[in-house]
Amino acid sequence: MYTLEMQKSIEAVEATRQARLNADLKRMTADEKENLLKKFHPDYKEEGFSILKIGANKGDKVPTELADLLQANSRLKGVKINLSKVDYDTDVLIIGGGGAGASAAIEANEGGAKVTIVTKLRMGDANTMMAEGGIQAADKANDSPAIHYLDALGGGHYANTPELLRKLVMEGPAAVKWLNELGVMFDKAPDGTMITTHGGGTSRKRMHAAKDYSGAEIMRVLRDEVINRGIEIIDFTAAIELIKDTEGKIAGAVLMNMETNQILIARAKTVVIATGGAGRLHYQGFPTSNHYGATADGLILGYRAGVPLLYADTLQYHPTGAAFPSQIFGALVTEKVRSLGAQLVNRDGVAFMNPLETRDVSAASIIRECKERNNGIETQEGLGVWLDTPMIELLHGEGTIEKRIPGMLRMFMKYGIDIRKVPILVYPTLHYQNGGLKINANGMTCVQNLFVAGEAVGGIHGRNRLMGNSLLDIIVFGRNAGQQASKACKDVKLKTLTLQHVKDFENEMKNAGIKSNKVSPLLLPTYTHRNK
Amino acid sequence: METVNIFLMGKKYEVPSTLTIMGAMEYAGYKLIRGCGCRNGFCGACATIYRIKGDQELKVCLACQTKVEDNMYIATLPFFPLVKQVYDINKIKPTEMIMMQLYPEIYSCIGCNACTKACPQSLNVMQYIAYAQRGEYEKCAEESFDCVACGICSSRCPAGITHPMVSLLARRLTGKYIMPEAKHLTERVNAIKNGDFTALLEDVMQKPLEELKELYNNREIEK
Repeated sequence: MYTLEMQKSIEAVEATRQARLNADLKRMTADEKENLLKKFHPDYKEEGFSILKIGANKGDKVPTELADLLQANSRLKGVKINLSKVDYDTDVLIIGGGGAGASAAIEANEGGAKVTIVTKLRMGDANTMMAEGGIQAADKANDSPAIHYLDALGGGHYANTPELLRKLVMEGPAAVKWLNELGVMFDKAPDGTMITTHGGGTSRKRMHAAKDYSGAEIMRVLRDEVINRGIEIIDFTAAIELIKDTEGKIAGAVLMNMETNQILIARAKTVVIATGGAGRLHYQGFPTSNHYGATADGLILGYRAGVPLLYADTLQYHPTGAAFPSQIFGALVTEKVRSLGAQLVNRDGVAFMNPLETRDVSAASIIRECKERNNGIETQEGLGVWLDTPMIELLHGEGTIEKRIPGMLRMFMKYGIDIRKVPILVYPTLHYQNGGLKINANGMTCVQNLFVAGEAVGGIHGRNRLMGNSLLDIIVFGRNAGQQASKACKDVKLKTLTLQHVKDFENEMKNAGIKSNKVSPLLLPTYTHRNK
Repeated sequence: METVNIFLMGKKYEVPSTLTIMGAMEYAGYKLIRGCGCRNGFCGACATIYRIKGDQELKVCLACQTKVEDNMYIATLPFFPLVKQVYDINKIKPTEMIMMQLYPEIYSCIGCNACTKACPQSLNVMQYIAYAQRGEYEKCAEESFDCVACGICSSRCPAGITHPMVSLLARRLTGKYIMPEAKHLTERVNAIKNGDFTALLEDVMQKPLEELKELYNNREIEK
């Protein structure tokens, strides 16, 4: 499968492997990290960003592809909408069928509210399904929420919203317990002790996993629970604008059937945006590990409704996207591979960094190794470095890879690459939207009764998220949003429904001289050949 | 560029030979709505049936994980009406009875093994159904763990078994009831509720930035 040149490089990797096994690879100092990020992390590449001209974040920079959508035309422009003809009437409308949306739905249902989930693909088609590595929670004797807090704060460059981070770490153990009691099969020792490992930037082993199907295992259980509870799911239907009432409270959403384009009106006393990330916008031309629908729709809807964004200029490039073969270019190679001991190694067999630096630092370091130092390995799609997977079984014994990362074994085996025997090629891939819509500790935005949960939230992770904190955040903040929304809906008296904020935004665009030929939310990326 | 001829729902297209079936459909001009989810082999949205011209055998795969071949006749299976029974996870118990009540059709398995042959994840599907029949849920859970619920197995089953739903039930029973409780987790949840960790956290939270950086940069990292 590997080219001759790659095979030659593998020989160099094999030649140094034994010596590297017990090597204590130095971690970078704070200064070294800062300089590295400034020079090589895509977030610092000015030409990848644009300044917003209108809205709550006027004057702030965001990725150009996102700016183009934030300042694009509504799908309702020029369309006559009758808001008094209500197709769905509900207490809690949840936009998005991933982990955050499902958690919110279960808790809102538990709280006695009528819950409706609307999702543009199938229930469960979400980045949650693809999260491989695990979920953090400070539940071991040598660990505490305070230590978890410090790890996430330092990893997030001290920009995390304190109240949100506090909630994340304090409710972490309860979130894992909740999942376990729903039937999620976490990796456990025979006595029930959770098997936990490190992730990049953790100071304690607090990564809980379900093999390397952690997110899939969580998502399929949550989805099953949503169905068991009889919660209404409207699938293949996208929310394309939010609806407010004449008092400015949230009042529902305009929906569109993805297959028939029929417009539908959902009236709701509370709304939870749980639409996830933006990898499919392919910022700066990067490949992505994200699912098909990750197009930042919730950010567009929220921004038009007046909700500010926080840290929308920070993206997470997962250091280890598959760089070869091209069929899986950009697909996630879980950080757990490095947690288990695999090192990042260059063309000449040199381990050029400690493999457990935070994701932003690791990604920047790989880019430097390839672009500046020219120590990368050429692939059809560009460059890559080795992730030395055979080390795992030398360190932990034969059979470890099949037991702990069977998904990875399977993914590469399909292309004739046995990761137990040969290393794999990796390069950073667009993985996570660190920023998003601004919420308070109750999960609510500045728009009354509009909540946000999951990857669409900004602030929890500051400017860089640690591995395992997003599966945690979707559960903690998803459940929280569901609980708060079901509580809030009890006192809501909706006035007349209106889309005035959409009109206002359109006028704001006009006044700022913005002429866009795009419509948003994007809903799905375009990969068809005829449009290339 | 090396190309191959494929037939999407019977219609011929010439596409690059390096593409996956999903990539080839998009190359041909399809804008996918159904039959496409994670694009990475985890979600089971893109179950696909194909046959190579001149070959009798129908094969199955995930479109995002499978390379095109010359003369491949391709039909997608973006939805399959799987039977899913509803239950209250807190009220059921991991007894043999529960499968009999919820999914009695598993006992009609005729042992044809079509499910196993069809599984794009190479799971031993018939074996995990056998475990489920015997109430050996932990074994069923382990054997079925990599299931992506694409539903291809069920589409091939003459007995009308919904294998992915059976194994999902077995896994939830295993996770909740059969695997031993994580006592340290329960204790930690109670301690946090009790306020035992609040002061420690608040102490960190109120520290000035410089001190936080000092703490972070010099924190002890577990080996």
